[in-house]
Amino acid sequence: MIECKNLTKIYVNGDVETKALNAVSFRIEKGEFVSIIGPSGSGKSTLMHILGALEVPTSGTYFLDGKEISKYDDDELSMLRQQKIGFVFQAFNLLPRTTVLRNVMLPLLYTDTTKEEREERARECLKYAGLEESKFQNLSNQLSGGQIQRVAIARALINNPAIILADEPTGNLDTKTSHIVMQAFQALHKQGHTIILITHEPEIAEYAERIISVRDGMIESDHKKETR
Amino acid sequence: MMIIEDILKETFWSLSANKVRSGLTILGIVIGIASVITMVSIGQGAQNSIASSIQSIGSNLILVSPGAQRGSNVSAGRGSSQTLTVADADALKSEMTTVKAVAPDVSRRYQMTAKGTNTNTQVVGTVPDYLIVRNVAIDTGTFITDNQVKSSAKVVVLGPTVRDDLFGMDINPIGQTIRIKNVDFEVIGVTLAKGGSGFSNPDDSVYVPLTSAQHFLSGDIFVSSISIAASDATAVASVQEQVKNILLRRHNISDPTLADFNLMNQADIIATASSITGTFTILLASIAGISLLVGGIGIMNMMLTTVTERTREIGLRKAVGIKKEYILWQFLSEAVVLTFFGGMMGILLGWIASLLVSQFAGLTTVIAPSSVFLAFGVSGGVGILFGFYPAKRAANLVPMDALRYE
Repeated sequence: MIECKNLTKIYVNGDVETKALNAVSFRIEKGEFVSIIGPSGSGKSTLMHILGALEVPTSGTYFLDGKEISKYDDDELSMLRQQKIGFVFQAFNLLPRTTVLRNVMLPLLYTDTTKEEREERARECLKYAGLEESKFQNLSNQLSGGQIQRVAIARALINNPAIILADEPTGNLDTKTSHIVMQAFQALHKQGHTIILITHEPEIAEYAERIISVRDGMIESDHKKETR
Repeated sequence: MMIIEDILKETFWSLSANKVRSGLTILGIVIGIASVITMVSIGQGAQNSIASSIQSIGSNLILVSPGAQRGSNVSAGRGSSQTLTVADADALKSEMTTVKAVAPDVSRRYQMTAKGTNTNTQVVGTVPDYLIVRNVAIDTGTFITDNQVKSSAKVVVLGPTVRDDLFGMDINPIGQTIRIKNVDFEVIGVTLAKGGSGFSNPDDSVYVPLTSAQHFLSGDIFVSSISIAASDATAVASVQEQVKNILLRRHNISDPTLADFNLMNQADIIATASSITGTFTILLASIAGISLLVGGIGIMNMMLTTVTERTREIGLRKAVGIKKEYILWQFLSEAVVLTFFGGMMGILLGWIASLLVSQFAGLTTVIAPSSVFLAFGVSGGVGILFGFYPAKRAANLVPMDALRYE
C-alpha cells in the first residue's frame, strides 16, 4: 500500500545543494511494522517527512493506497495527513496546559463531527493506548513521559489512520518506559495497524518485524526479521 | 458552521489555557489606550476651560487701558499713567454706533470691614452697563443704577465670595453696611457666582457707583479702564479701530505709536491662551504617544516571545492535518479578541481615570473621540500585526521544521 520509486529530495540552501535522498525505492504492505534506522544525516528524517506527507519529494513517485501524492499541494497534503496518517513525535508533541482529551481530539478539529462523537472517539483511543481514565482531564504538563507518549499514541489513532508514523518516540524516555511504549506499538501492530518507526537506536528498531537501514540518502539494507 | 464554532472554541481555550500570556498582552493594550485617553482628556479639558473662562469675562469685549506714563523720557511702564477719564467713555458712547455698551471703571484693592470681619479685595467703581460688558448677573437685590451714579450714592454690590467672607454663606446681607476706607456703604445686591479664577475674579469683587469710587476712595477723576462691548463678533475689529481714532483725537496725539492707552480685544486673549493650551495638549499627547509606543512594544514583545512555543504548536497542528487557513484564522481571532478586549478595558479605564482626575485634581477633562480611535487603532493594529505575522510565518514552515523550532 506504500510504494516509493526513485524518491529523491534535494535541499537548496543558498548556493549549496544537499541531496538528502538519492533514488530510494521500496514497498511497505498493509499491516507491516517497519523500523527505519540510520545515523543522523542519513536521510531517515527526510524519508519520514515524505512518507508522512509533510513534504513532497523533488523527484520520484510516492503512492499511498494507490494515489500518487508526490504532486499534492499544501492543503491536499493537510487533508491526507488528517485522514490517513497518525503521528507520534519525540517531544513537544502535546498542546501545553491543555487537557488530555482536548489533545487527543486535536486532529478532529474542523472536521464534520460533533463534540460528542469526538469525545467518545478520544476516550476509546485513550483506553486503547492504555491510559487510566482518571488522567483524562489532566493537563498535558501534569503527565509523566510514558503517559505523554500514550496520549500521543491515542491522538495518532483518533482518525483511524492507514499508517502510524513514529519519529523517535522513545528519544526522551528512559529504558524501562521505552520498553512499555514499544510494547504498546507492538500491541497496535497485532491489531492490524501499519506502523513505521524512525529511530537511530538499534535496540528500539528490534521491536519491528522489518528493519530498513538508511545511510547517505540510500537504503543500505532491508531485512525481514525471520529471514535474518 | 462547525468550522466557525471550532475556531471560536480554539480561541477561547487557547487564551484561557495561557492566562498569564493573555493577561500580560491585555495589560499592555489597556495601559497604552488608557494613558492616551487620560492624557489627551486633561489637555482638551484645560483648553476648553481656559477658553470658556476667557469667554466669561464678557462677550465681544474691547478693553481700553491707560498707556505708559511719559515724562522727562522716563517710562514708568504700561498702565501706570492716568490718561483715561469718564469724559473719554462718554465720548466713545455718544460717537459710536456699533457698540452695545461702554463701561468705565475705577478698580483698586481696599481693606473693608463688616461687623467684626474684614477682607481685602477689589473695589470696582463703575456704571450700570458694566453688567452688560462683563456678563455679570445679579443674584439678589439690585445692581447700581444711573441715579446712584449721578448722586455718588454710598451703596455697594457684593460678589458672592466677598459676601461669604464678610457675612457668611447663604446669609442675605442686603441692608447691612460695610466700611471701605472709613466710609460706610449700604449693601444693595449680590452678584451671581460666575466661577473662574485669576487676576480679577468677578466673584471676589465689590461694585460701587463710579462717582462714589472717585469721590470717596480714589479722590481723582481718572478711570482704570474702559470696557466696550461691540454689538457682535464681526464688529469687534472696526469698533477697535474707531475707539483708537476717537481717543487719539481727544488726547491730541497724531502719531499712533505714541498713544497713551492700550487696546486689547477678547479674540486676541483667546488666541494667545489657546496657543498656550495647544502647546500643553501637544505636550500631553506626546507623553501619551510615548506610553502608546511603550504599550505597543509590550504587546509586540508578548506576541513575539511566545513565538517559540507557538511555532511548535503550529507545527503540531499542521502535522496532524489541520489546514493552514484554519490555523491562521485561529491566530487572527486570538489577536482580535485580545486587542478588542484589552481595548475595551483600556477605554473604560481611561474614562474612569479622567473622571477621577476631574473629581480629585479639580481639572476639567474632556474625552476626545479622536484620541479613543487613535489609541484603539494603534494598539489594536500592533496587537493584530504581531499576533498574526509570526503565526503566518510559522504556518508557512514545513511542519517538521516548525515542530523542532528552537
